[in-house]
Amino acid sequence: MIEVQDLHFTYPSGVEALKGISLKIEDGEFVAIMGENGAGKTTLVKHFNGLLKPTKGRVIVNGIETTKVSVATLARKVGFVFQNPDHQLFAETVEEEISFALRNFGFSPSVIEKRVTWALNLLGLMQYRKTSPFMLSGGERKRVALASVLAWDPEILILDEPTIGQDYQQKENLRQFIMQLRTQGKTVLVVTHDVEFVAECNPRVLLMRGGKLIADGAARKVLTDPEILAQSSIVPPQITQLFIELSSLGFPSDIIDLYEARETLLKAFGAAAK
Amino acid sequence: MSMFDGLKYRRVFSPIHNLDPRVKFTYACIIFIVAILFWEFIPLLVLFVIQVPFVILARVRREWLRSMKGAAFLASVIFTVNFAVSFINSGYMITFVALEYALAMTFRFLVLVESFSIFFLTTSPDHLGLALEQTRVPYEFCFAFTTAVRFVPVLAEEAQTIMDAQKARGLELEKGNFLRRIRNYIPILIPLIVSAIRRSLELAEAMESRAWGVSKKRTNLYELKLHGSDYVLLTVTVVLLVAAIYVRLYLPVPRLAEIFDYFAH
Amino acid sequence: MVKYATMPVIETRNLTYTYPEAAKASIVDVSIRIEKGEFVLITGPSGCGKTTLCRCFNGLIPHFYHGTLEGEITVAGLNVKEHPTYEMAKYVGLVFQNPENQLFALSVEKDVAFGLENLGVPRDEIRSRVDWAMKITGIYELRERAPYELSGGQQQRVAIASVLAMKPDVIVLDEPTSFLDPLGAKKIFEVIHRLNRELGITIVLVEHRLDLTVKYADHIIIMQDGKVILEGDPHKILDSEDMRLIGVGIPKVTRLYQLLKADGVKFHGKVPLSPEEMAEKVRRILKTHD
Ligand SMILES: Nc1ncnc2c1ncn2[C@@H]1O[C@H](COP(=O)(O)OP(=O)(O)OP(=O)(O)O)[C@@H](O)[C@H]1O
Ligand SMILES: Nc1ncnc2c1ncn2[C@@H]1O[C@H](COP(=O)(O)OP(=O)(O)OP(=O)(O)O)[C@@H](O)[C@H]1O
Ligand SMILES: [Mg+2]
Ligand SMILES: [Mg+2]
Repeated sequence: MIEVQDLHFTYPSGVEALKGISLKIEDGEFVAIMGENGAGKTTLVKHFNGLLKPTKGRVIVNGIETTKVSVATLARKVGFVFQNPDHQLFAETVEEEISFALRNFGFSPSVIEKRVTWALNLLGLMQYRKTSPFMLSGGERKRVALASVLAWDPEILILDEPTIGQDYQQKENLRQFIMQLRTQGKTVLVVTHDVEFVAECNPRVLLMRGGKLIADGAARKVLTDPEILAQSSIVPPQITQLFIELSSLGFPSDIIDLYEARETLLKAFGAAAK
Repeated sequence: MSMFDGLKYRRVFSPIHNLDPRVKFTYACIIFIVAILFWEFIPLLVLFVIQVPFVILARVRREWLRSMKGAAFLASVIFTVNFAVSFINSGYMITFVALEYALAMTFRFLVLVESFSIFFLTTSPDHLGLALEQTRVPYEFCFAFTTAVRFVPVLAEEAQTIMDAQKARGLELEKGNFLRRIRNYIPILIPLIVSAIRRSLELAEAMESRAWGVSKKRTNLYELKLHGSDYVLLTVTVVLLVAAIYVRLYLPVPRLAEIFDYFAH
Repeated sequence: MVKYATMPVIETRNLTYTYPEAAKASIVDVSIRIEKGEFVLITGPSGCGKTTLCRCFNGLIPHFYHGTLEGEITVAGLNVKEHPTYEMAKYVGLVFQNPENQLFALSVEKDVAFGLENLGVPRDEIRSRVDWAMKITGIYELRERAPYELSGGQQQRVAIASVLAMKPDVIVLDEPTSFLDPLGAKKIFEVIHRLNRELGITIVLVEHRLDLTVKYADHIIIMQDGKVILEGDPHKILDSEDMRLIGVGIPKVTRLYQLLKADGVKFHGKVPLSPEEMAEKVRRILKTHD
């Protein structure tokens, strides 16, 4: 569980990036953090594995206050995949890249071997085991970065902008992968600008603006609420845009799901035909 | 906090900011030359004080104070060393001569910091690059200068992100013996180098796409032109230099001991 | 319609390119024709060669990246193989994905002026063109700011202004909004849409997210494994069955339309590409039943 109490954070340069955030994330939840550029999303999630410590307020992860333990200790529980894979890949082979964290955490060689194989299989990277990560494509490098974090099986997984530059198929794979993690009871936090991706996953959405939390609720509520949309930089998902267009005809405007949209329209057409 | 904080440019609008960077640079250099001409305390103090109005006019008082505070430590070292040396040389006696010499050396240093911090605080790197260009430094060099200024903070931030990314994978930089600690930096250095190479490739591509490398003569959006106020400053500076040389050569400069004697009687 | 305009701005014939020391070609046998004034959308799975193709348009390939380029390519009437990038830059502007790495100067207007300065354009003209480009892209108020004082969206508009100032015939944008928030992205698309409609500048946009962009396009090119596999009017292409097989993300409303059609709903006219178009169709059906 992650508990944030009145969190304030100011960078040494004087930028006040977080201005009083309180929230609670239960075990096994799937949360998307959204909001405009510079809203403080990355700054917020960097507090969850202790990379940043509050200027004021408290962050408690699994009952431990983050100021009381080292990043390495917290990282064991909280995996963090950075936006740009080039900021973390350094090893000679994909295999070594993935075992790096496992060695840091002191796993035994036999366990390391097992976990690396598991992670490679999970993300379909088996054929690149002995390849240099620098030879891979952007999408593949992103998967190696993900594998290198998943390998130690953290309870909480944070993904910063995982869909940037990814094509439709890669996004779909990522979505299914997250769903799979959820069935294993993992907590997943995704920082993203991708409205359509969020609409498809329908997670809990935390919407930020100017270092504050301005909305917290199911994607279906947050992404369709005209009042919230008006004060954030979010453009509603296409399906919602359609129903906002149609709201004068008496349609509900809080629909984000393709199949729900289909049912609603079929019903309306049927009723009209009668 | 350091002396160099006082050298970081901050954008404000003031008559001093609008001055031509070349004139400001000349001013700073001449102040420095004048400061070297004197080894008496009184003229150096005067030199220090007459610059204060510039600072106020430029509206960078706070930054300037910060750089002075930063310089204070080094200044006190200079004072102590000079004073101690004269103290020992004069047979362990506290003399006015020793005191004056130490104070003069200290203020020479302070005047130097003061004038150059006025220069750097009120001159944007952009203008600096421009000044370089218009003094016939090859354009490639000027471009390298402004690009470096532009990207140093970006690279510093990138290094921080990389460090964070590796810490998040359990890397502990302070762990282990000396050799181990050096090895700990490999996972940080490699991504840093790789990213820098990628970045410079992308930059090169963007530059090429905007017609970099045409051999024809470049034009420049801005042209530095001397305005009335630049001539005023230039005149003031030259007068100051001439006056200083005249005083040095033909007039007796009052010494601390003489002033003290005068008041004592 | 633009379709029948006489001169193509970009024309390639059997264009094939292999990066130095690469095992296989990154674009294969590409023959396309882009007319003056068109808004072209290029899409396709990651690694299919979109960026590589863009690099051919202004001569980065073969002048900056060596390797082997076969086939023919003419842009703005010039043979790209014979004209260096700095010459092509007058006719083709490239805007890249990462805003951070295409701004080099310490102020916005200096960046916008960069290309014109290189070309040796007289100072007065630089001034007026720079001001013009900054006004159109909505960054005139930011002209004295440094790049690090701008948001990603603002930076990307500076990048667009800086190619616009050179008054090119074509502006090519390679995933220009991936780092931006949805509203910032929308503003960029609106700016380039305006450049296309009001100034008649040909736009070539590379984008994965068709939901955001396909409604602006009058020509779509879909690539896979270095080849162009589908091309034409987006209303036709998005309606074809092949589209789904390739795994290109179809806009949600278009998908909804297809689902409903499969359910037996009778729609009139072309396949919808935007929520507005879809809403219109729904309204029509409900009206005819009234
Ligand atoms: N290392 C840093 N030093 C100083 N200020 C910073 C630093 N990192 C971020 N900031 C500032 O803090 C604020 C919040 O930044 P943050 O990166 O958390 O935003 P974000 O919501 O993740 O934005 P984006 O969507 O662009 O990734 C911004 O104003 C940013 O300029
Ligand atoms: N500089 C390069 N040197 C060698 N090979 C390259 C280079 N750039 C790209 N490639 C290769 O060329 C192919 C096409 O890459 P390209 O970048 O054009 O794809 P893309 O369609 O733009 O993909 P994305 O959607 O991920 O940006 C890929 O197989 C890639 O690995
Ligand atoms: Mg961020
Ligand atoms: Mg690309």
